[in-house]
Amino acid sequence: MEYGKLMMWYFLMSDAFTFGAFLISYGTIRFSSSSWPNPNEVFKSFPFIGEMTVPLAFVSLMTFILIMSSVTMVMAVGAGQAQDRKAVMKWMFLTILGGLAFLGCQAWEWTHLHNEGAWWGRNPFMNIDGTQSSTNFTNFFFTITGFHGFHVFSGVIINTIMLIKTWRGDFQRTGHYLMIEKAGLYWHFVDLVWVFVFTCFYLL
Amino acid sequence: MNEHMSSASPTSADFGKDKSSFDSKAVWRTFWILLCITVFELIVAIVYYETHFFPKHILNGVFVIMTLAKAFFIIAEFMHLGHEIKNLIMTIAIPACLFIWFLIAFIWDGSSFHDLRMRYDKYQYEQSKTKVKPVEHKEEGKKPGVE
Repeated sequence: MEYGKLMMWYFLMSDAFTFGAFLISYGTIRFSSSSWPNPNEVFKSFPFIGEMTVPLAFVSLMTFILIMSSVTMVMAVGAGQAQDRKAVMKWMFLTILGGLAFLGCQAWEWTHLHNEGAWWGRNPFMNIDGTQSSTNFTNFFFTITGFHGFHVFSGVIINTIMLIKTWRGDFQRTGHYLMIEKAGLYWHFVDLVWVFVFTCFYLL
Repeated sequence: MNEHMSSASPTSADFGKDKSSFDSKAVWRTFWILLCITVFELIVAIVYYETHFFPKHILNGVFVIMTLAKAFFIIAEFMHLGHEIKNLIMTIAIPACLFIWFLIAFIWDGSSFHDLRMRYDKYQYEQSKTKVKPVEHKEEGKKPGVE
């Protein structure tokens, strides 16, 4: 195990505890509330189909995009191990594209919820049992998906730098593509966090 | 860095070894597993939304198990941890076990807080029993922050 890769693992551990703290505080508040908005009611819209309701369809598309970009990232790592510069560039490009698509979807979702009146400190949705909901729901939703979205954004930046470095032949000169593997670990971690965010906010 | 450079000096033997350690078939298998689990979760969630055929808390248990399965496949295959040496796996897995305690402690705390509020906070108790009228979401020109 190379030093930098090990340190990336330790960083990801610390980041996991940050996300864990966010999600567990969300769980604590949710357990202390007598009721909570129904995610199937809140997240039922999809772009360009108007008023038709499709619960959870859009967020599933986002999940699919992120899993897909994880696959292309693994392919980039594999191509790096085979010292295939062209293939690394191709797969890194696709990974960046996936990251941008995910960010675009999230921007649409946030805009849509904002137009419905949801924002930090404002919650237009009722609880599932018809009682008045507190703003905890929107506060946690925007904070945690925002924090995750910021991670995706940083991942896209890191991947873009890696693509440029691959294109310049930096890794060909040093003789290995370990930087791609480290960026890959970070990128998979972002996917991993999304799996938990998806469950906590959209399914439970 | 130095240790690595010596072990990965570009000789043809090393390339052969590296290639065999990367298995694109396993990657696609993992992809299909993840996709199937997600689609399954989605179908269960939508069927529950339409029919309420099942107690929600049992369903939540299913969702949590599915999520942990997905996390396992991402960490073991995509992040390649399943193929690393055992000491590294333990270095990651043992601190992660702290989450078990975090979850139990904080969720317990949350539900205790809920019980206390329902018993002693009259306002909270009444709020939890009062139904409100559904809010019309499609009002034009009414946006948060603009009042």
